[in-house]
Amino acid sequence: MAAHLSYGRVNLNILREAARKELREFLDKCAGTKAIVWDEYLTGPFGLIAQYSLLKEHEVDKMFTLKAGRVPPADVKNIIFFVRPRLELMDIIAENVLSEDKQQLREFHILFVPRRSLLCEQRLKEQGVLGCFTNIDEYILDLIPYDGDLLSMESETAFRECYLENDQTSLFHTAKGLMTLQALYGTIPQIFGKGECARHVANMMLRMKREFGGSQSQILPVFDTLLLLDRNVDLLTPLATQLTYEGLIDEIYGITNASDVFFDNLTVEQEFMTGVDTDKVNTYIEDCIAQKDPLIKILRLVCMQSVCNNGLKQKVLDHYKREILQTYGYEHILTLTNLEKAGLLKPQTTTRNNYPTIRKTLKLWMEDANEQNPNDISYVYSGYAPLSVRLAQVLARPGWRSIEEVLKMLPGPHFEERQQLPTGLHKKRQQGENRTTLVFFLGGVTYAEIAALRFLSQMEDSGTEYIIATTKLLNGTSWIRSLMDRPDNQS
Amino acid sequence: MAFVTANWNPLGEAFYRKTELYEMGWNLKDGLRDCLFAAAPYGGPIALLKEPLRRSPSARPLMEIYSSSGVSMASFLWKSGVVKQLGWTVSDDLLCIQEDGTVLVYDMFGNFKKHFSMGSEVVQNQVLEAKVFHSPYGTGIAIVTGTFRFTLATNIDDLKLRRLPEVPGLQGLPSCWAVLTQDRQSKVLLASGADLFILDNTVCTAVAPPGLSPQATSIVHMAVSFSYKYLALFTDSGHVWMGTSNLRDKLSEVETKIRAPPKQMAWCRRPKSQQPSVVIMWDQQLLVAGQCKESIQFKQMTVQVLIDRLVYRKLYPLAIEICRYLKTPEYQGVSRVLKHWACCKVQQKEEADDVIARAICVKLGETAGISYSEIATKAYECGRTELAIKLLEFEPRSGEQVPLLLKMKRSQLALSKAIESGDTDLVYTVVSYLKNEMNRGDFFMTLRNQPVALSLYRQFCKHQEQDTLKDLFNQDDDHQELGNFYVRASYKERRLEARIGLLQSAVDEYYKAKNEFSAKVTEEEMRLLRVQRKLEEEKGEHLVGFSLHDTLSSLLAVGLHKQAEQLYKDFRVPDKRYWWLKLTALAEKEDWEELEKFGKSKKSPIGYLPFVEVCVKHHNKYEARKYVSKVTPEQKVKAHLAVGDLEGAADAAIERRSEAEISTVLSRCSPTTDRALVERLNRARATAAKK
Repeated sequence: MAAHLSYGRVNLNILREAARKELREFLDKCAGTKAIVWDEYLTGPFGLIAQYSLLKEHEVDKMFTLKAGRVPPADVKNIIFFVRPRLELMDIIAENVLSEDKQQLREFHILFVPRRSLLCEQRLKEQGVLGCFTNIDEYILDLIPYDGDLLSMESETAFRECYLENDQTSLFHTAKGLMTLQALYGTIPQIFGKGECARHVANMMLRMKREFGGSQSQILPVFDTLLLLDRNVDLLTPLATQLTYEGLIDEIYGITNASDVFFDNLTVEQEFMTGVDTDKVNTYIEDCIAQKDPLIKILRLVCMQSVCNNGLKQKVLDHYKREILQTYGYEHILTLTNLEKAGLLKPQTTTRNNYPTIRKTLKLWMEDANEQNPNDISYVYSGYAPLSVRLAQVLARPGWRSIEEVLKMLPGPHFEERQQLPTGLHKKRQQGENRTTLVFFLGGVTYAEIAALRFLSQMEDSGTEYIIATTKLLNGTSWIRSLMDRPDNQS
Repeated sequence: MAFVTANWNPLGEAFYRKTELYEMGWNLKDGLRDCLFAAAPYGGPIALLKEPLRRSPSARPLMEIYSSSGVSMASFLWKSGVVKQLGWTVSDDLLCIQEDGTVLVYDMFGNFKKHFSMGSEVVQNQVLEAKVFHSPYGTGIAIVTGTFRFTLATNIDDLKLRRLPEVPGLQGLPSCWAVLTQDRQSKVLLASGADLFILDNTVCTAVAPPGLSPQATSIVHMAVSFSYKYLALFTDSGHVWMGTSNLRDKLSEVETKIRAPPKQMAWCRRPKSQQPSVVIMWDQQLLVAGQCKESIQFKQMTVQVLIDRLVYRKLYPLAIEICRYLKTPEYQGVSRVLKHWACCKVQQKEEADDVIARAICVKLGETAGISYSEIATKAYECGRTELAIKLLEFEPRSGEQVPLLLKMKRSQLALSKAIESGDTDLVYTVVSYLKNEMNRGDFFMTLRNQPVALSLYRQFCKHQEQDTLKDLFNQDDDHQELGNFYVRASYKERRLEARIGLLQSAVDEYYKAKNEFSAKVTEEEMRLLRVQRKLEEEKGEHLVGFSLHDTLSSLLAVGLHKQAEQLYKDFRVPDKRYWWLKLTALAEKEDWEELEKFGKSKKSPIGYLPFVEVCVKHHNKYEARKYVSKVTPEQKVKAHLAVGDLEGAADAAIERRSEAEISTVLSRCSPTTDRALVERLNRARATAAKK
């Protein structure tokens, strides 16, 4: 069993068990032996919910990957497609069904994850196969327990969809996921947020609560506060190299950089974060381009400089862009456009650079970071305290009112909402009892940010324990990669 | 006192008596002779179809519906086809299964609700026998056709027909059959002579009841208990076999000494004993066979069912009273009753839309969990579109309003409601509906006013309809996106001229978008493609599609220095980058002579440490040493260390009096072999520290 999920402040195993129960119920609906045909993208998330043994207990004898053509032969009564609601996948399923040997008499089913889609069913209808399915169902898997204090939606594309494509599907799923969470752990009385996406999610949650009407949760609230944070409120943190153990593993895994190079890189990052020469073309970056170092590394550094300088002078920006295009290929112009759309790369406008003010007010740079015996969250980036986590920390004490000015400089609205609890469910806090806050990172979170929040939970006088939720765990590399546009699939 | 026992009759060791609970209100002259009839479970209504085979138009059979106490609730002439079987659903709807496989559904007041078919195959082969059964999944129907094949639907509200496999050797109707629910699946148990089979979705399995009397040559009647747990079989030898329905255990067997097949056989519970028993009825005889050892509780009639019953009978105030008394949660109780009431209300044709809408709003108000969209759907189904729209306005869940609004062709409203709900799938659905419904111009215009829908549609087009995407950008004069569109298209184009053509279109758009940078670099890209093609033709080197950097590296790798030089100048590659590039390319080629020439050609804009490091990287320390002396003082230590010259590094560090550099050199020294050097460095470090 998933014991590691049960020992935290909040027993996340309840959520996992609820998800497992639903899965078993669906499998039992398709009586007899079965084969699952997987949308490859889903195997990871499902691995966190159920091992093969659970599937096997419910007569799953075979597993295949969803591919064009026909479903491989298997002596089973049922073929179940586990898929995300995507049109391109519907076309593959239709092909599978239509090329099935009519003698076989296997029954077809679809399980949509995380939600059924009318659009997809319409596509199946157009392809003439909608009637071939005995069961079409949905498996609502929004928030997946990842660790004792960590939930992830495992949605790699959420940031890109929200900030580049203006597609808020993942936010709808977020709101739904939070409703499920509240059904299991009680209504969260206070909601704070910063950013456009945060506002949108909060609005949907409040609307859904109204729509549910009378079915008020009668559970004593486990969470005191929900903090919704847009990733674009803090674009800097994921760009920096994470210096915690897990963060380093995440960053360096598979890369055999000489340590010199690694430290040169860190030095430049730290210069940017402390505001040294952020308005000039950086020689180290130029040299890295000249040596054709990995493109993502270059993009990370240039974006970081841009964020720390609140945009680059047009001349500097154009120079970098030209260097990149000549070295890595002109097709990356689309990637550069994407980074500009997402705000990671931008020309400096007339407004002054706010970053130094933000850095000073929120104490983002701590000269005397003690990595052996940390006394501040800045140890996770060797001196830099993640902005996102500082926002959570200030919210807990002394409150956001103290940083009103800085909040206004960061993108998107900040807000507070209260959800009424039925009388009798108001918590009577014991002396010295910690508050529990759920911090939801919309668009992704890094291991270092998680480490910083865990550090805050453990600090004796912090008074708050944190549970972390996110659309996806990310690092600078995976994040930048998700924003790239690769017409020829070349990196 | 003698009278107390007067009406008790002996039955084996036990006694029974008949008690009349109430008198039936009906007046049936001919009894139930020549009638098809069905009684709903839990004392629900009773349906009678008299003389079902009388088919001439002048004399149609009469369908009658009675309450369980015999009060007439409805009666009408049967004008459809030949009915083979009547049955009731769990929600008190009457099912009339016709010979041609059509099933007609009526409510208990005789109002027609809908019809469906048990499959096209049945039309030809006809239904010979049918049974209605109940399971946790709802009400189901099983039929046997003229080809002696079974078709089964487990839940008529979610109709999925399953044609069960053939029974080997079955040449006529089975002698008897029943439907079982086992392992979450509905199956048919059938007897053909002495053989017993279980039919599930895919296989026909022969089974044998354990310990069945060998005298039996045919099973003539069977009965399954209400819970599907027990089975009773009556044989032509007059034996009653009782056991579990999975046919694993026999509970008992009784010899009745009556060989005639019974009219009816059913499971019941004997008072006091709490043991399930089988009651068998012939024309004039009754027999109770018991001995089951297990005790089970039947609690099928829940409060839910009770409230449903009242609602179906339109006894709304009573239902609400009961809900309040039992403190049933609102959304299961009062809300549900009110919804039914409202659905009934919208059908009152004599009342005006306004009046009904107001009446419903007043009564339902803010009651939690009311689905106004369901009520509105009902109104729409009764042809009252205006009333439906009025009612929908009360629906708090915008998502719920969408399907009905679409059905009523209020697509613009449906779009705003879908957007309001935040459910993007719903937005997509409305958009694809609008796309089919409207002409292109209006469709684009509608999207233009709804940015959320527009972005989603763009996403859709990006993956599915590239041409439409272009039209969308054109309509909005979005030149930047059009430029990007052509660039993206150019990478899919294999033919060079076409590719350059697309890039030219991109350049034009970028200029229109006043994005000079993008226009200029795209022009540069076109220029590069042309140069690459020319060089390919002249030199036979594969170059088209390479980046400028890779093109230069390739040229240098094959010794086309002049051509590389020309490109470097034409494309205004910064000196620093070109020097790095050429240095790397020559070292890669191990063209040390050319490298040395290059290093001396002019003062290196990147200094000489890169020369040292690149040579070392290619394992040529000999060449590397040539450049150490040219390295700037700040990088000297690093250069000496790179070529493995500890002495040189030490000299440089000491000369610079840099504590940090001295320490770096020290860290590379071995305390045994470099003793003298270590001492020297330590002394120098002490001096440097004093400063």
